[in-house]
Amino acid sequence: MSDKKKKNNNNRFVLEFEKPLLELYEKLDGLKEVSSEGKMDMGEEIRLLEKRIETVKRDIYTKLTPIQTVQVARHMQRPTTLDYISHIFEDYIELHGDRNFSDDPALVSGIAKLNGRSVVVLGQQKGKTTKENIARNFGMANPEGYRKALRVMRIAERYEKPIISFIDTPGAYPGIGAEERGQAEAIAKNLREMAELTVPFIAVVTGEGGSGGALGIGMGNRVLILEFAIYSVISPEGCASILFRDAKRANDAANAMKITAKDLLKLDVVDEIVKEPVGGAHNDAKQAASFIKSAVIKNLEPLLSLSHRELIADRYNKFRKMGIFVEE
Amino acid sequence: MSIHAWFKRKKKAKEAAYVRERLDIPGNLWVKCYKCSEAIFASDLETNLKVCPKCGYHFKLTAGERIKQLVDNNSFKEIDANIRSTDFLNFNDSKSYAKRIEATILKSHLKDAIVIGPAKIDGVNCALAVMDFSFMGGSVGSVVGEKVARLIELAVEKKCPAIIFSASGGMRMQEGIMSLMQMAKTSAALGRLRENGLPYISVCTDPTTGGTSASFAMLGDINIAEPGALICFAGPRVIEQTIRQKLPPGFQRSEYLLEHGMVDMVCERKKLKATLGTILKWFNER
Repeated sequence: MSDKKKKNNNNRFVLEFEKPLLELYEKLDGLKEVSSEGKMDMGEEIRLLEKRIETVKRDIYTKLTPIQTVQVARHMQRPTTLDYISHIFEDYIELHGDRNFSDDPALVSGIAKLNGRSVVVLGQQKGKTTKENIARNFGMANPEGYRKALRVMRIAERYEKPIISFIDTPGAYPGIGAEERGQAEAIAKNLREMAELTVPFIAVVTGEGGSGGALGIGMGNRVLILEFAIYSVISPEGCASILFRDAKRANDAANAMKITAKDLLKLDVVDEIVKEPVGGAHNDAKQAASFIKSAVIKNLEPLLSLSHRELIADRYNKFRKMGIFVEE
Repeated sequence: MSIHAWFKRKKKAKEAAYVRERLDIPGNLWVKCYKCSEAIFASDLETNLKVCPKCGYHFKLTAGERIKQLVDNNSFKEIDANIRSTDFLNFNDSKSYAKRIEATILKSHLKDAIVIGPAKIDGVNCALAVMDFSFMGGSVGSVVGEKVARLIELAVEKKCPAIIFSASGGMRMQEGIMSLMQMAKTSAALGRLRENGLPYISVCTDPTTGGTSASFAMLGDINIAEPGALICFAGPRVIEQTIRQKLPPGFQRSEYLLEHGMVDMVCERKKLKATLGTILKWFNER
């Protein structure tokens, strides 16, 4: 296992396990160059090669191991919450600040329209470059982020608008300020308040579903997850260093914790897996967004006719029954 | 005695001391205070509610000890004692989770890291949950989550306040995502309690960290902390690794949380019962 990424001249990030593609990409670039110089018509060859690439990609991505899935979920070029918002919604207007301390750039929120219907959207925001990531704190929200999320959820509730949240975070930020301002309290309060929301709420795990930081905006009536996203109580590296006493055993930890979309569906922690384009969402953000859009609309529909009381009961029962134990 | 046996004996004694220290169970006549190193006569420590008479260090209590110290005579009746954890993920680190559960049950005489039931404190009825750190670090898995939820439902049913004593390192990783979901489950149940107009008192004891503090432990109408308890979301080591700075003294201890407005009070163990009694009576007045 290695998360080393190779970058070739066409700005493609190729993960370790995608290596078989590298050669094909190089060939493709060569053909395109020849073709663009107008020396020869390579149209047919290019089409064939592109088809071959698709097949190889599909092949690789149907056989991903859990730790490889983690790498895809964390891919530098994976679409972010703002990417999805721009593709899925109309008339998005971002709302800032928790009205108490500050505005958290690691968690974005706003009002928007989904297929003409007014909704509230929010989610953790990662960056795609180091600079962006520093500005966004790598998508790790501080307490003010969770408090902002709750503030906009309350707006949704007051004006009877559905809530759509996008989860993509390594976790809530572990810092001195975060602790002083009550990271634990902010998340805990969100959990309690989300359970009581009187409007339909759909959560979508789009990348990394990192522990309490993810759950802090994740108590939807329906929880969807992208095909190559993960959702976990602790990062595989964290689990490995604590339980396996060796951070290098992240692979074993990833296998043991059952963090992939398929595993989560089996455990009934998520309701539906949203397909990704061949080779992962980073290959085609627009298509990934359109898959999410139809899944969200489909799951939202039946919730729209429920009363306040029914919506609360639906959500309460969903989380109340989670847990596996033996009663003698 | 062969030299091998001698070494073995030394190693064994060391291990035994280590286990004792981890469980905070004084096994001998004399106990050394972990904080000030004072040698304390074991029975003195007991009568002093397991608080060091010299420096005031609060030793960890087992659930049984806590209940005995706290509730009116024999008023606690344990319920749902027969819920047990199961290794549904077939989780294997150095030992399988199934074996770990078995071994811990044998060692601790507990079924899991929490005991729940109705009780009376200073004559007031309440629903009481007490966590036990000696059971897998008080980690919260499906069983603890379920019992917390049931305890809250008991409070709703009996129309009485709920009190939860937390002593937990966080969520139980061996149950993967299902342990995380216990945060949602317990917090949702507390929402119900609130909707029903019933009070919830959270008592954070050493330690109350991770997902436990980010769910039921921080949601009290009144949050009480025992002196010197570690109460936090991210542990000190994780923070140090992330920010690569030394942490301020007393960081994430009860007194620090009081200063930062996260708990209502830091209450010494010897005043705890009376304090809880006064609070319960305040709520109870109709």
